[in-house]
Amino acid sequence: MRAAVLLRTGGTAAAAVLLLLLAERTLNEYHLRLLNVVGINVILATSLNLTNGFTGIFSLGHAGFMAVGAYAGTLLTFPVARKAMLLPDLPRWLAQVEWPFLPALLAGGALAALAAVAVGWPVLRLRGHYLAVATLGFMVIVQVLATNLDRYTRGALGINGIPPYTTLWWVAACVAATLVVLGHLLDSGVGRALRAVRDDDLVAQALGIPVARYRLGALTLGAGFAGVAGVLWAHLITVISPGAFSFLLTFQIVVMVVVGGMGSLSGSVVAAVLLTLVPEGLRRLEQGAVVAGLTIPPLFGLSQIVLACALVLVMIYRPAGLLGQAEVGWRHLRHLRDLRQRRLPAREAEERG
Amino acid sequence: MDLALYLAQQLVNAVSLGSVYALSAIGLSLVYGVLRLINFAHGDLLALGAYAALALLAVPRLPLGAALLLPVALVGAVGLAVERVAYRPIRRAPEVNALIVSLALSVIVQNLLVMTLTAQPRPFHLPPQLAGLLLLGGVVVSRMALLTTALAVGLMTALHLMVRRTRVGTAIRATAEDRDAAELMGIPTDRVIGLTFALGAALGGFAGVMLGGQYGRIDPFMGFLPGLKAFVAAVLGGLGSVPGAILGGYLLGFGEILFVGLLPPALSGYRDAFVFTLLILILLLRPQGVLAGR
Repeated sequence: MRAAVLLRTGGTAAAAVLLLLLAERTLNEYHLRLLNVVGINVILATSLNLTNGFTGIFSLGHAGFMAVGAYAGTLLTFPVARKAMLLPDLPRWLAQVEWPFLPALLAGGALAALAAVAVGWPVLRLRGHYLAVATLGFMVIVQVLATNLDRYTRGALGINGIPPYTTLWWVAACVAATLVVLGHLLDSGVGRALRAVRDDDLVAQALGIPVARYRLGALTLGAGFAGVAGVLWAHLITVISPGAFSFLLTFQIVVMVVVGGMGSLSGSVVAAVLLTLVPEGLRRLEQGAVVAGLTIPPLFGLSQIVLACALVLVMIYRPAGLLGQAEVGWRHLRHLRDLRQRRLPAREAEERG
Repeated sequence: MDLALYLAQQLVNAVSLGSVYALSAIGLSLVYGVLRLINFAHGDLLALGAYAALALLAVPRLPLGAALLLPVALVGAVGLAVERVAYRPIRRAPEVNALIVSLALSVIVQNLLVMTLTAQPRPFHLPPQLAGLLLLGGVVVSRMALLTTALAVGLMTALHLMVRRTRVGTAIRATAEDRDAAELMGIPTDRVIGLTFALGAALGGFAGVMLGGQYGRIDPFMGFLPGLKAFVAAVLGGLGSVPGAILGGYLLGFGEILFVGLLPPALSGYRDAFVFTLLILILLLRPQGVLAGR
């Protein structure tokens, strides 16, 4: 059994590395960048699902946490020489810092997690709608701070010329880390406790689950991954400004989580991939095109409208999202095969005695 | 400038900003009352109202009153349609679903405006009768602000009386209290909910007209922040109550103007952060609002 697990894990990893190598060799710059964005969105969607789907904390603050990570990471890796030019008023200790990428990634995640503790402490006492609006309020506050703390952020101008450290390998490693951590966590007793908190926090409390601590923990961990995604994003696009971390970004991540299924990790992965690639394709249409002799005028905003309409339809006809709380993966494929052969583990045990 | 005059000027600004918040907060609050839904698309109804007014004000020989009040009817109709198409099918679903649909609607309205009218901000041109400034005892008031604030107060009074005194108002309150019981008493709750939506949207539309007049320019995303702030106002006064929403709107208007007017200018950029910190504080300390129990 153990050998089989090792073999499977090793095999998956080897296949992934091969695919990545192939992608790096064959894809052009645009497609590589798109692939990186897909990976970053996978991190964002799965980590938001931890709070919104598995723990029942409907947060709209994910873009805010991402912004914290992006700005923190940028300030740490930004070349000292350019700092003196672009951000002359930085405090001394920060002006002379030029970190490599890995510590900056970790620091960005840690700072976002810290922000989540600070926000979650008071705000997580709220429930449902109130919690959603309060977290959205946090997102607006982060945006206002990023716009007004010129000394650190250059305000609305934003920071450009961020070193382009983000490569396919960094993104892939971060995606893998996110999926492994979240997958194991949600498969463990902690994951079951989080679901219990979501389904009925009174019962969970009565069962001895420290509800408040688990809720704060989930928000913190989710925010940490969002922070890492923010650092990756900043070093991929190489420009950040407060406007980028807006309501629209939060909305896009929420759509991925909801469409994939709140409470399904693999659903978030699938939705993140689809909902990154489809709008990108639609964006071509936005520039205007000539189809069969008909001139279509530029339709800016079309991709957003299609996305939003799809979301409304999913909510009406499939309110639990595409996958609901189900998962797809090795184990589940095998489970399917067993189902087909009428050889369910439970029944097997029953037959045996 | 002499201090009294300065304060009087700030007061005037606060009343006109407060009216915008109060008008939009009523809509949010009414809808929350009957559906337990926070309508994130409410702010975008403001934008629709502003665009409608801009278009109508440009029509030659249309009476001024019509240009200012037709958007109210128009946005009300949009509210009615949105309720029927998007919210009614998910009425029995968990509350988070309705929240998500309202987020989607917000994005749809914003982007429809971008697609048809471009994202470029447009100047909100006022007709000559409205463009002037009045000097009342040393305080500057624009004609537009004076007229729209008066109309806003009229609309709010009418709505308050309607909810309190008429049969329709009683039906709205009964539906908010307990939808199933209201249904059993023979109240057509579906129609009441639709009507409530339309009323809320209509007031939001007028708030958008006022907002356009105050800022002098409008864009497809103009409604987002005021919509959120309307929620803050509604929570401040106690969600679900019309007088509460009005009080909350004016309190927020005054708070914001005082924050900008009395604190050092370096802090005025933090105005929105102030509003949302206030929101989080109220939610934690007095979630039932300042009017609770009255």
